[in-house]
Amino acid sequence: MSRKGKRGIAGILESREVERIRGPLLFVKIASGVAFDELVEIELSSGEKRRGRVLDISSGVAVVQVFEGTTGISTTGTTVRFLGKTLEIGVSEDMLGRIFNGLGDPIDGGPSVIAEEKRDVNGEPLNPASRAYPKDFIQTGVSAIDGMNTLVRGQKLPIFSGGGLPHNVLAAQIARQSVVRGENEQFAVVFAAIGIKYDDFLFFRKFFEETGARSKVAMFVNLANEPAMIRLMTPRVALTLAEYLAYERDMHVLAIITDMTNYAEALREVSSAREEIPGRQGYPGYMYSDLASIYERAGRVIGKKGSITQMPILSMPNDDITHPIPDLTGYITEGQIVLDRGLYNRGIYPPVNVLMSLSRLMKEGIGPGKTREDHNDVYNQLYAAYSRAQELRSLATIIGEESLSPTDKKYLRFSEAFERTFINQLPTENRSIEETLDIAWNVLSILPENELTNIRPEHLQKYYKKS
Amino acid sequence: MSVLGRIRRISGSLVVAEDMAGIKMYEVVEVGEEGLIGEVSRIEGDVAYIQVYESTSGLRPGEIVKGTGNPLSVELGPGLISQIYDGIQRPLEDVKKLSNSIFVKRGIRLPALPREKKWHFKPIEQFKHGSKVSGGTIIGTVKESELIEHRIMVPPNIHGVLKELSPEGDYNIEEEIGSVEQDGKKIPLKLYHTWPVRIPRPYQDKLEPNEPLVTGLRIIDTLFPIAKGGTAAIPGGFGTGKTVTLHGLAQWSEAKVVIYIGCGERGNEMTEVLERFPEYKDPWTGRPLMERTILIANTSNMPVAAREASIYVGVTMAEYYRDQGYDVLLVADSTSRWAEALREIAGRLEEMPAEEGYPSYLASRIAEFYERAGRVIAAGDPRRIGSVTIGGAVSPPGGDFTEPVTSHTRRFVRVFWALDTALAYSRHYPAINWLISYSAYADTVSEWWKKNVDSSWSEDRKRALEILYRENEVREIVRLVGTEGLSESDKLILFTARLLKDGFLKQNAFDPIDAFSEPRRQYKMLRSILTVHEAISALILQKGVTMSEVEGAISDPVAKLVRGRYTIPHDRTEEFDKIVNEILKKLEELQKAR
Repeated sequence: MSRKGKRGIAGILESREVERIRGPLLFVKIASGVAFDELVEIELSSGEKRRGRVLDISSGVAVVQVFEGTTGISTTGTTVRFLGKTLEIGVSEDMLGRIFNGLGDPIDGGPSVIAEEKRDVNGEPLNPASRAYPKDFIQTGVSAIDGMNTLVRGQKLPIFSGGGLPHNVLAAQIARQSVVRGENEQFAVVFAAIGIKYDDFLFFRKFFEETGARSKVAMFVNLANEPAMIRLMTPRVALTLAEYLAYERDMHVLAIITDMTNYAEALREVSSAREEIPGRQGYPGYMYSDLASIYERAGRVIGKKGSITQMPILSMPNDDITHPIPDLTGYITEGQIVLDRGLYNRGIYPPVNVLMSLSRLMKEGIGPGKTREDHNDVYNQLYAAYSRAQELRSLATIIGEESLSPTDKKYLRFSEAFERTFINQLPTENRSIEETLDIAWNVLSILPENELTNIRPEHLQKYYKKS
Repeated sequence: MSVLGRIRRISGSLVVAEDMAGIKMYEVVEVGEEGLIGEVSRIEGDVAYIQVYESTSGLRPGEIVKGTGNPLSVELGPGLISQIYDGIQRPLEDVKKLSNSIFVKRGIRLPALPREKKWHFKPIEQFKHGSKVSGGTIIGTVKESELIEHRIMVPPNIHGVLKELSPEGDYNIEEEIGSVEQDGKKIPLKLYHTWPVRIPRPYQDKLEPNEPLVTGLRIIDTLFPIAKGGTAAIPGGFGTGKTVTLHGLAQWSEAKVVIYIGCGERGNEMTEVLERFPEYKDPWTGRPLMERTILIANTSNMPVAAREASIYVGVTMAEYYRDQGYDVLLVADSTSRWAEALREIAGRLEEMPAEEGYPSYLASRIAEFYERAGRVIAAGDPRRIGSVTIGGAVSPPGGDFTEPVTSHTRRFVRVFWALDTALAYSRHYPAINWLISYSAYADTVSEWWKKNVDSSWSEDRKRALEILYRENEVREIVRLVGTEGLSESDKLILFTARLLKDGFLKQNAFDPIDAFSEPRRQYKMLRSILTVHEAISALILQKGVTMSEVEGAISDPVAKLVRGRYTIPHDRTEEFDKIVNEILKKLEELQKAR
């Protein structure tokens, strides 16, 4: 039996004095030598082992967050071992094609992974001077994204959704169709499931199997009925593998993380157990920095071939975009794709609310040599015209459509065509950027030429379809 | 003697250390075996509360804490320009080289200014052995970049007799270039000195900010101008274009030096500046923008305590160039992240929270920060005027302007550029809402516009605003009765407001022509629209012509006028006159047809 306060074999420190248990937290008496953020193993009297980490440490007491929850832990008969390291996972290219739990242990019945390297799951901040600005256009084949909110390689672009909306279908479609044109490079998908329902997990697993992409995908799965505290680690574990594949193995990684709302809720749970002063709606004041430590793990790096493109999915509680979770996310990510219940109810797929959606990195990814020379003007004009049409549409519901001027009526026709033919497409339909822009010109040509003031005369001459 | 204590407690970025008797408030300390940098933010007996500027992962109670005896300071001297620093002035390019990693490793200590590099120093002729000098007096110059002549000053708070001054030649910053005798003590002079970041640098006198800082952004310069030495806040929800607007300010402003603080924002935004600014030309000098820019990056995933410090590090550098007699623009994106860092630190110190968890001193900290802006007569000889203009982004949660950071900031700034979600949704950028934004400098800078651009600038500016305000009222009416029920002159208001919005206020930050408008071109565009407005107004009032007739007759040239913002280059602004004449001619024909 090792004595309190002295590191035993392999730097392990042991304590049997659990002072208090509150929510997911253990308060463990310990002499000294425990490190902040250290990984902890908890052995219950039944012999069951759980893991945790040190959240707060003073000379007398360490506060330990137990990943698997504290159910069944007693203040007596419990042994707490401080392992002398932070949570690390072994990473390897062989992890592609495998399924892991939220802490990175295989759960697909396959052999354990032989690690090529061990990495701290918390990662480190990328040096801004090491980053390369993302500018390679990714063609997703979805007009509402390619035409209006272009995705580029190394971007972090979340999908803001709501219960019952087809965000999974859209994410899968993007994962299947995405290409950087003219290139045939190594790609991989890292999929992190955070507290999602089993059928959502099945949907993705089936999808990856059917598309034959299974061998390129590593899945990290924490389901809704599994311990909430693991959710705090799952995206970090997944992104640690993503960083290894991108920066050591030259792969272009698409990281799909769903559902970040469950992550934020787990964060709030720990915070309230620690009795911290809450920020908005009970979420901790540091939630912005905490979310950033996940979302910022995307990008391209000077001198490295690989990249990480992040597509987190989150459900907006009550479809409210001002709720702290989507709000703080939007402040960190490089845009957002917002799904809209109104469009969905009218049978439009994908129900992307293009006005509320945004891609901040679009400007560097489009234009001559990348997409097409008219893309910039076209998307500007579509935004201007569609938002004007939305205004007129709400006006028409009050004063009646007949009271609108002939030009205004054309705007209404434009908006209808834009939603029905441009945004709307099949989940299996893969449009090239040229097809997307051609459809855009079809709908823009409903409007008189003089209304298209955002478009240069030379592009109008070439593409505008005079009736 | 420096204080030596031990860690008692670790909680996130907060470390509590005991046996720290003799430590001073805000003294810099080295924490643990790796010597992580921290700053003392509370003392109770011999216990010090320390905010650590690096990740505390792996620290253990019992490790040592060493006092340095100095407050958090920055190095000020040649070599600042073109650098990218972290929140406590570590040069990130050097960090990259030294750590040989793409990540920011902790525990790295590096000098902020290059020690080896030789600078060509030219002393000021008039100084001889025995000249009296005081803090701020310029004793020589160094060419720091093609754009910046770095003026070497006697450090503040020193006054005495100049004992030696080195001849013209190449020196590194550690070499002595002279000395001052003060109270019988010899004080060596070098090309650089240090200054504590939390203390404003002294100056002789503060002046009224009455000269505009031209930014090339039309809605700012014409409707809501900022003055040199002024303060502006730019609040907006996510996606409203705060960063794009601030990048625009940093790119096009007529400032000599620009300091850009990325405070808790995206890594890629700093990269964008790093990649673009060496390529883009300063519109005022034609030189690469990087030659006048200093970047400070504490991105959202970098340690939160350094975020709080980054603002002070930036503003101290700004004051230093101000003291040299330059106009400096300081851009902080975003002050909300800084305030949140304050809140986080206060929370860990278990201070009593005020509104929304923010500490009760939030307002005074914001006030102190903005108060460091100003147009001043610098201390020392020769007499010179410099300014620090501050533009701070505010990121209100949920876009709600009544939250504490926005509402307190509003009290201390004189320009308020409120970004609007609805405008951003329709991609009307810059999405500055003209109904709720304001500038207290509109009157003070009008003299400059009258003298340098046009005598009727003030009236035309007011006229444009009136049309925009009236449009808002008319739209309320339209919502009730539709457009058909409007009077012809109200229809004209709608027409002109649309011209103003699409042809003047909207400005594409990424279009080579549209991105930057110099003052004369701005006025030309505004006047063109108002001339059309006045001509139509006369026609409908006196001749009874209807707006639909007018719009039908002039729709072609009007589309041209709107497109003018990105099709008519700066050296061909007479094209605007041609279009206006074309419109006037069509209106005349309409009148004759009556």
